[in-house]
Amino acid sequence: MYPDRRVAKLIDENFIPARVHARDDAKEFVRLGERYNAQWTPTILFLDPAGTERHRIEGFLPTDDFLAQVELGLAQMSFKRGDFADAERKFRAVVDTHGESDAAAEAMYWAGVSRYKGTGDASALGETARAFRDRYQDTPWAKRASVWGG
Amino acid sequence: MASEISWRHDVDAVLDEARRANKPVLLDFSAAPM
Repeated sequence: MYPDRRVAKLIDENFIPARVHARDDAKEFVRLGERYNAQWTPTILFLDPAGTERHRIEGFLPTDDFLAQVELGLAQMSFKRGDFADAERKFRAVVDTHGESDAAAEAMYWAGVSRYKGTGDASALGETARAFRDRYQDTPWAKRASVWGG
Repeated sequence: MASEISWRHDVDAVLDEARRANKPVLLDFSAAPM
């Protein structure tokens, strides 16, 4: 996934990339693995500027799914710093651009939450629940949204 | 077309830089061949 130029561009534009290797950085791998509870490879953590984990990927993903997860992680970062308008835009971009990925249903759920958090308009949740009737019906995210009725 | 990521390996230095530059970090725990 990393040799793909789309992945490299996305990471380069948005992150400082750091790697600890199980064999070549063995002591650091153990020390940081304990700090961040990373016990398997690959584990990819998305840390905000203060070093707090905001998202993680565990296990290999094909390139398109990996791209979707990186964009989902960027959206989660916006959400968790309270920038709900930016979060909603990024979550919806995951759905629009990577609609066939496993990340899409999660992104659709959080796009609705972001809209509600940013506007206070509870109808955003009902609209999200209704949207799950048309897409991603069999996902855990559809179950979570079902409580919003719609 | 392949591309390279300039991975950094001094994670503590990266975390310091991230705080100063207000930029997030992507931290990869890897066992892939280097």
